[in-house]
Amino acid sequence: MDKIRESLLKKSVASKIERRGKAISLLCLALIVGIVFLIFYFVASRGLATFFQNHINVWQFFSGTQWNPGTTGTNGQPAVGALPMIVGSFLITILSALIATPFAIGTAVFMTEISPRRGARILRPVTELLVGIPSVVYGFIGLQVVVPFVRNTFGGSGYGILSGTFVLFVMILPTVTSMTADALNAVPRYYREASLALGATRWQTIYKVVLRAAVPGMLTAVVFGMARAFGEALAVQMVIGNATLLPHNLVSPAATLTSILTMGIGNTVMGSLQNNALWSLAMILLLMSLFFNLVIRYIGRKGKLSHER
Amino acid sequence: MNAKRIDKIATGVLYAVAAFVVIILIALLGYILIQGVPHISWHFLTSPALAFEAGGGIGIQLFNSFYLLFLALLISLPISLGAGIYLNEYAPQNTLTGLIRTTIEILSSLPSVVVGLFGYLFFVVQFKLGFSILSGAFALTVFNLPILTRSIEDALANISDNQREAGYALGLSRWETVTKIVVPAALPSIITGVVLSAGRIFGEAAALIYTAGQSAPALDFGNWNPFDISSPLSPLRPAETLAVHIWKINSEGIMPDAKAVSAGASAVLIIAVLLFNFLARWLGKRLYKHLTAE
Repeated sequence: MDKIRESLLKKSVASKIERRGKAISLLCLALIVGIVFLIFYFVASRGLATFFQNHINVWQFFSGTQWNPGTTGTNGQPAVGALPMIVGSFLITILSALIATPFAIGTAVFMTEISPRRGARILRPVTELLVGIPSVVYGFIGLQVVVPFVRNTFGGSGYGILSGTFVLFVMILPTVTSMTADALNAVPRYYREASLALGATRWQTIYKVVLRAAVPGMLTAVVFGMARAFGEALAVQMVIGNATLLPHNLVSPAATLTSILTMGIGNTVMGSLQNNALWSLAMILLLMSLFFNLVIRYIGRKGKLSHER
Repeated sequence: MNAKRIDKIATGVLYAVAAFVVIILIALLGYILIQGVPHISWHFLTSPALAFEAGGGIGIQLFNSFYLLFLALLISLPISLGAGIYLNEYAPQNTLTGLIRTTIEILSSLPSVVVGLFGYLFFVVQFKLGFSILSGAFALTVFNLPILTRSIEDALANISDNQREAGYALGLSRWETVTKIVVPAALPSIITGVVLSAGRIFGEAAALIYTAGQSAPALDFGNWNPFDISSPLSPLRPAETLAVHIWKINSEGIMPDAKAVSAGASAVLIIAVLLFNFLARWLGKRLYKHLTAE
């Protein structure tokens, strides 16, 4: 009798296993979330040291055009003006997105509306494969093909914003294309049928109905591509020339946040101003990636609302 | 009439755009393979790199890439499996869960160079692991966790609730249902996700430059004691991977045949990524057939 009573009052083995399993899996999740916070904490603590420990003026940091931490600039302050890199990063991101978007949308429309069979058989697998090509390979091809091409066509050394833009264009094209194609595929079939039934041509259907219904998805694709372009380090670093000057044209050597980071972080001493200034650049990268994330979420929410209405 | 002509013109333009993109993409793949494949030989794949003379190989780098990939998957798979299970099976639908999902999404969208810098600060400097395979594997883990968690969560979510209910009806606890029924059923898609993420890890360089280091010291392939620094298995030695090698010899190389070596190495990388892609598809299909007895 007592035995039964005891077994009823005690936790069963199964429930112990259950609790342990749940705890372990929760721990794994907590670990990932913890890592994210650690990343933000570490990068921010280093990045903010430039302003709090080394007392660099924030405005001066974002608007200064001289970057040579460790030496003093013309105004007697340490030369930590990040503007050239910020401009460089934004320029190549925006330019590459501007070039890539029409091509990506055109290809995606072709894949989904004009020739779905060939799209599914050839274009789809090829774009998906290209998404997986390592960025150093893009950088290498940029160095071998794009830089000489730019040098021979537009003059200059070939290294610069234009080469970076071309490399990033090819890099983000597959990503944006396949995401746009997903967005177009998600447009309900009866939208197209309704439009065709009204006597619209295929192009009118595409332009007036399908593309408009897919706007949120396409915007997400473009912002996603921009986020990738903004954070891309090595491929850009290899072709941009890495001169921390404000770019005065598209073929002169320039620099981006990521390229200066990859070049510099190993050559500076931890805790020095040179090092802290680089971490501030990393912090800008982090904040921008956060910003792109927010934009994507915002578009997603808006898009959902407009479909439900 | 007018609308029809516009339709024709637009169709033509779309054909041209698609053709242009296809040409770019094929030229890209073709360039790498045509430039690189002739350079690939047994000697190239097995001999160590030479810094100042022509004729070096990528043997050590290739080994390092695979070893790092193996270690990174070894660490990240259990963690993301646990996290995926919690997210899909246990997590209540509330704000906190939404917040956690957002956090994971943020992690997956971080530029890989930032992940690498964090790895440098945290593993290399803070934990004094130095430029080592271990630091590199941890950095790759951070890089891989969000993607793998996401794909495992999706794989689990695709298992129908009938399976879970059947488990509960047999008196299994939730955890037992998950580990004995749901995870095995989701195994094909989990494995596909793992192999696809392996392809991504294999080509990653930015996260490794400041964690696994940029040098590949000579290895003694007869020495398999993991605690010896010259052993290939030693987790504390610096290890330049294939992708980092391509970057390194192109950006500051003094190697006379840097172009040929990087072309060959790029081709090897691409072929490896291709293989991972095919492997993922093939394994997924094969396992699915095996498990569902179709």
